[in-house]
Amino acid sequence: MSVFQDLFFDYTLRTVALGTAALGIVSGVLGTFAVLRRQSLLGDAISHAALPGIVLAFALTGSKATLVLVLGAAIAGWLGTLLVMLVVRSTRVPEDAALGIVLSVFFGVGLVLLTFVQRRPTASQAGLDRFLFGQAATLLERDVITIALLGALALGCVALFWKEFKLLSFDRDFAATLGFPVRVLDVLLTSALVLAIVIGLQTVGVVLMSAMVIAPAAAARQWTNSLTIMVLLAALFGAIAGVTGAVISATGSHIPTGPMIVLAATTVVALSFTLAPERGLVWAALRRRRQRHAVGAEAVLDDLYALARQHGAAVHGHEVGVLDALRGRSVVRRALAQLAEDELARSDEQGRWHITASGRAQVERDRTGGA
Amino acid sequence: MGEERGSGRGPKANGATPAIEVNDLTVAYREHPVLWDIDLTVPAGVLMAIVGPNGAGKSTLIKAILGLVRAAAGQVLVHGRPYAENRRLVAYVPQRGSVDWDFPTSVLDVVTMGRYGALGWLRRPGRREREQALAALAQVDMVDYAGRQISQLSGGQQQRVFLARALVQDARVYLMDEPFQGVDAKTERAIVTVLQQLRAAGDTVVVVHHALQTVPEYFDWVTLLNVRRIAVGPVADVFTEDNLRHTYGGRVPFYASPSPGDVRALG
Repeated sequence: MSVFQDLFFDYTLRTVALGTAALGIVSGVLGTFAVLRRQSLLGDAISHAALPGIVLAFALTGSKATLVLVLGAAIAGWLGTLLVMLVVRSTRVPEDAALGIVLSVFFGVGLVLLTFVQRRPTASQAGLDRFLFGQAATLLERDVITIALLGALALGCVALFWKEFKLLSFDRDFAATLGFPVRVLDVLLTSALVLAIVIGLQTVGVVLMSAMVIAPAAAARQWTNSLTIMVLLAALFGAIAGVTGAVISATGSHIPTGPMIVLAATTVVALSFTLAPERGLVWAALRRRRQRHAVGAEAVLDDLYALARQHGAAVHGHEVGVLDALRGRSVVRRALAQLAEDELARSDEQGRWHITASGRAQVERDRTGGA
Repeated sequence: MGEERGSGRGPKANGATPAIEVNDLTVAYREHPVLWDIDLTVPAGVLMAIVGPNGAGKSTLIKAILGLVRAAAGQVLVHGRPYAENRRLVAYVPQRGSVDWDFPTSVLDVVTMGRYGALGWLRRPGRREREQALAALAQVDMVDYAGRQISQLSGGQQQRVFLARALVQDARVYLMDEPFQGVDAKTERAIVTVLQQLRAAGDTVVVVHHALQTVPEYFDWVTLLNVRRIAVGPVADVFTEDNLRHTYGGRVPFYASPSPGDVRALG
């Protein structure tokens, strides 16, 4: 209970909650497009590639202002993306390999630079390593304002070019034939994605930031078939995951925020993947089971029909054992119950099973229909 | 070759500017030529099939006309002007398999996308665009599916949705990449009906086509292609066993009858 009170009345916690909610919304929205365009891995590459940018921005300016570091991150993230495109276009290296190479090279360089900068005797260097795993507790009001402003820029871009981005994501070639400059749109949408990622790095960290891009969008897809609703849901899931993770981390014993946020996001994903109607695993399993039962019932009805014909007499009853021998016990029990309910078969006083007139009609209808 | 085998005949070929004019078009993937020095004139108002074996460059030809693949050389004119200046006159029906049908959107939404070019930047589709989309869906007998999520469609229904999206573009030249590929009989009939309506309205339709036996029935103009242009012209003149053998390198698949004589009669 006290956590909820603190959320509204404790200044630090409120700041943290606002900041993480904002970045969760932005990464959810841009993540939706990344996931639909099958660019989930690009998010991972951008966030890892941002690390050397952050360290260099600090080394060059001596400033730890969020805006300065975020700018450095954005430039490095963009360079990484550009490099991926260049490698794919000019060599035979496939895209996933190019992403992996750029990601690890940039991240490696970033780690080396980070170690180097932190060895310097100046006092102000401390705290850059929070960009690795994220530390929401360090969020200040001016950080939140930076996050909100840059986030609004990314969201504004999506709102403005909503129709174009939707078309680009669904059918890029068709967009090009309509005269839209698809390259420019690509750059615009990727830039918005870079923005969404870099504003989350201080809070979530470069290592796990891609989860904030992918997870809310992947979860949202489970619940809806509309792009608009998917974007709104992803924003909501992102905000929930961000605030939950950050608040747990900030109130707890300095657990890094990134892992906590990712755990929260994973919970949302797990619930969505199992419970969502239509696409969820539970529903899929139920559907499969219904289907299997229907198939089983049909097979047993076929057996009854064949047996009745073999024995000439229409009302010749059969022991369950005969049917069991043909199909297996559990299938037959369930099937007979279903057939009795549908009045396609019935049992007499001795427990013998007969096919009914309507059962016979159905089998004959199926056979002629299938021929 | 080929020019003398066919084109230049028929009333539609003379006089007016051709719908499509392709000059010296060459396309290569990594130094490997896919289309070699193609010259092609499609008169306005014809229903033309592009046929040829797998890997002949049929889809690439359409994509090169649309500027979707970069040509190493060549020029494309649509109704007398470069494609880029006249692109509003051209509608494209891509191969059904080229998009992700699990994309979260509805049938009506996809068809409305055909209006995005005319809407231009920033303007959102409104009631007018919705009505146009519904009218196009009616033309392909898919109005009842307007609200459906696109992943719930059968292959044939997907194809009809793509056709409707091209119809709302209100173009004069339609380029279709294998619209009959793997569709049901109902869809095939619906597409053929639409093609005939378009021709009746004076529009030009170019279709990448696989089933040779339906060429004389569905089309009045044909291009035989195998990296190079083998022949182009009216089906009655150009769609001969001799040209087909030339195109398919001796073996003519799926095409036992009708004999060339029948072809002429049908065309």
